Amino acid sequence: MGKMVAEIEGLQKSFGDHVVLADISLHLEEGENLVIFGKSGSGKSVLIKCLVGLIVPDGGSITLLGTDITELSVPDLNKLRKKVGFLFQSAALYDSMTVRENLEFPLRDQKELTQAEIDALVLEALTNVGLEDAIDKMPVELSGGMKKRIGLARTLILKPEIILYDEPTTGLDPITAKEISRLILDVQKKYNTAAIIITHDVECARITANRMMVIKDGKCAAEGTFDELAASEDELVNSFFK
Amino acid sequence: MEGKAAINTVQTPEAGIGKRMRKFFISVSDLSAFTLRFVKEAFTPKYEIYEFIKQAYLVGYQSFPLVAITGFIMGLVLTIQSRPTLAQFGAESWLPAMVAVSIVREIGPVITALIFAGKVGSGIGAELASMKVTEQIDAMEVSGANPFKYLVVTRTLATTLMLPVLVVASDGISLFGAYVGCNLKGDVSFKLFFLQVFDKLTFSDVFPATIKTFFFGLAVGLIACYKGYNSNKGTAGVGESANASVVYGSLCIFIIDMIAVQFTSLFN
Ligand SMILES: Nc1ncnc2c1ncn2[C@@H]1O[C@H](COP(=O)(O)OP(=O)(O)OP(=O)(O)O)[C@@H](O)[C@H]1O
Ligand SMILES: [Mg+2]
Repeated sequence: MGKMVAEIEGLQKSFGDHVVLADISLHLEEGENLVIFGKSGSGKSVLIKCLVGLIVPDGGSITLLGTDITELSVPDLNKLRKKVGFLFQSAALYDSMTVRENLEFPLRDQKELTQAEIDALVLEALTNVGLEDAIDKMPVELSGGMKKRIGLARTLILKPEIILYDEPTTGLDPITAKEISRLILDVQKKYNTAAIIITHDVECARITANRMMVIKDGKCAAEGTFDELAASEDELVNSFFK
Repeated sequence: MEGKAAINTVQTPEAGIGKRMRKFFISVSDLSAFTLRFVKEAFTPKYEIYEFIKQAYLVGYQSFPLVAITGFIMGLVLTIQSRPTLAQFGAESWLPAMVAVSIVREIGPVITALIFAGKVGSGIGAELASMKVTEQIDAMEVSGANPFKYLVVTRTLATTLMLPVLVVASDGISLFGAYVGCNLKGDVSFKLFFLQVFDKLTFSDVFPATIKTFFFGLAVGLIACYKGYNSNKGTAGVGESANASVVYGSLCIFIIDMIAVQFTSLFN
């Protein structure tokens, strides 16, 4: 077993009476892609938002890169967050900024970087996603797939050790979806990042997954490799692969 | 359990009032916490100078034409309306001074602030709410930045500092409007007009009036940021936040104005 980069133990979260996460435990190893399946509304987004401290859980422990995030002060948490990339379901590009400014934003407080170095980083990130031409566009001028890719570029610019993808391929046509999945795989190979990929796209899982998990009723319902789960007899697990 | 109790209490009007009161006090305490956080973050480094300058420019530039036009019309109309009354007392020569005092003390600051709340407050409320809804604020947070500082502090400081500037500009334009109004009937030279104005306009007119505009600007900015930053009702919430920013911002302007007038009369 490789080095552990993220570990969740007995995570719980409810909104009012509505229990979203009842008892989730998972771990993520260095350089590994973990794909999480789950029905819409099963709390997948809530789970990864808990991981980066956007949502405060009701119970359980979260260890990221060796530190328990529930005990961190805000400045320390922010430092840790720079090592964790988060690709939002909606890409969440800053729409008052150009693509270049979007990518520069995460680098703002790295005072030691010169403008030339920043430009190089921006270009590298854009080249990784194949969108060098879009550098001076505004987010409204981009298509859905381009937005996702720019979002990914913005995530990559800090060279994170862990990337959390929230439905990277949802809402895209099969060809673009496949491109994004390939991109995720490329990133894993190139930078040796670990990733949690939330999706209900079987094709994306087939391409990217080293290991998979299915969430149901706020609990982990099944775990295994893609092939193991694809061959599963379980009705719920099976339904994702149809 | 609590959910059920809440459903039952809505039936009786008294309980409905209780619930509304509770909601009101909760939002007041939330807003106070928000204000405290603003003060705290505004005075701790690092400062978002560039974003502040950009916002100050946008805020001033966006609302200046509107403020200028209304300022001119206000001065003009006020003069035309006041003339007959003063003429009845044979006090027409008081016209410039009287109009100037009412503009500088009250009408300039309040009308400009109201227009500002409508234009800038709604803009900030809608902008922040849509950033919240589309997870842009969350995205800033997970990238290790401080969105409160970057968005709320810069915008609130911009409104606080720019509104007084706009009010001073608007006052000046209003006085020019008043000069034009005086010259529609009768004949006053530019020099004589302003001599009469500044003869009656004292420091105790200008100073408190300027001070209160800082608070107007602060209120407009804080309320708009609060409503936008805490919006959580999806896309429908964007319109709601913009609307609430204007309504509560305007209300706050009048409340501050009332408090300011008490203060000023205390010292005079
Ligand atoms: N801020 C919140 N306040 C109240 N309830 C919330 C909040 N965020 C999420 N929920 C609830 O938590 C549940 C899980 O939401 P979540 O966004 O994690 O779903 P998901 O698994 O990501 O679904 P999808 O695949 O549609 O994105 C939903 O039922 C939702 O109503
Ligand atoms: Mg989701």
